[in-house]
Amino acid sequence: MNSISVRALLVRGMLAGLIAGAFALAVAYFLGESHVDAAIALEEAHSHDHGGGEELVSRTMQATGGLATGVLVFGVAVGGIAALVFCYALGRIGDFGPRATAALIAGAALLAVYIVPFLKYPANPPAVGDPDTIGERTALFFLMVALSVLLAVAAVIIGRRLAPRLGNWNATVAAAAGFVLLIGLAYAFLPSFDEVGKDFPAGLLWEFRLSTLAVQVTLWSVFGVVFGYLTERLLTPSALAATSRTASAVN
Amino acid sequence: MAQSAVPATGTSAIAPISAKAIAPWAVFFGILMLVLLYFVGAEQGATALISGEGVHEWVHDGRHLLGFPCH
Repeated sequence: MNSISVRALLVRGMLAGLIAGAFALAVAYFLGESHVDAAIALEEAHSHDHGGGEELVSRTMQATGGLATGVLVFGVAVGGIAALVFCYALGRIGDFGPRATAALIAGAALLAVYIVPFLKYPANPPAVGDPDTIGERTALFFLMVALSVLLAVAAVIIGRRLAPRLGNWNATVAAAAGFVLLIGLAYAFLPSFDEVGKDFPAGLLWEFRLSTLAVQVTLWSVFGVVFGYLTERLLTPSALAATSRTASAVN
Repeated sequence: MAQSAVPATGTSAIAPISAKAIAPWAVFFGILMLVLLYFVGAEQGATALISGEGVHEWVHDGRHLLGFPCH
């Protein structure tokens, strides 16, 4: 294993992220956009000073090219980061092959990067959220993401340390319990925001939040499967022996 | 390396990649990826490196549907 394989894994991570982003984009467009449109319609019905009439980017462009840019760049970026995590985790988190390691990282990323922060600071549609608190909400959202990721990494390290004494199962349960406890404390002590207008439909808010969850579940599931397939083909000795010509082409 | 390793290793026990080999890639690409995430998720929201609202408006729907605080 040398730096060439890091490069090969990074390229595959970004490629898998792009493919996952394309699937997530389809979910965002077909499930999410109608809720964004409905929320914007409510926003414009209530406030007349939004944007001052002149649109910088048209709604059609925001919902197609803009959405695609956002979701695909996000996919490539998180795919690259996940690939770097994979490079370090492979062979260090237990007796898992490349495909299982990729699946575990994708699942852990979905949980730590999205679901845990989402339960405290859920996604908001347009018209929900006070513009005056955007600084505070942004800072706390990224703090929650950072805290969740750091605690997840710490849980994995502590779980690995405890494994020889407690056994794999008990060590994993203990580390997970510690993670849940500390995240619970963060939930309890970090400030919350309740900025949903009284006349904003609860059904629309729920549907919008579910669709953002569907986007992330799609992104990380597809990433885990595609990246797992690519890394298994790249790294398993049997695959290398079977196709020595492609292996030499990679190097 | 590869030729001698293939028959010796069984189906399990993958050798970890050394941290030294990963570090330069992690630093350069890790920061690059975080910059990309910043522009998708936060630029011209709470903070702005570029004046105006072009970036914010362009990725507006993506930002909402990816779960970032938008405005």
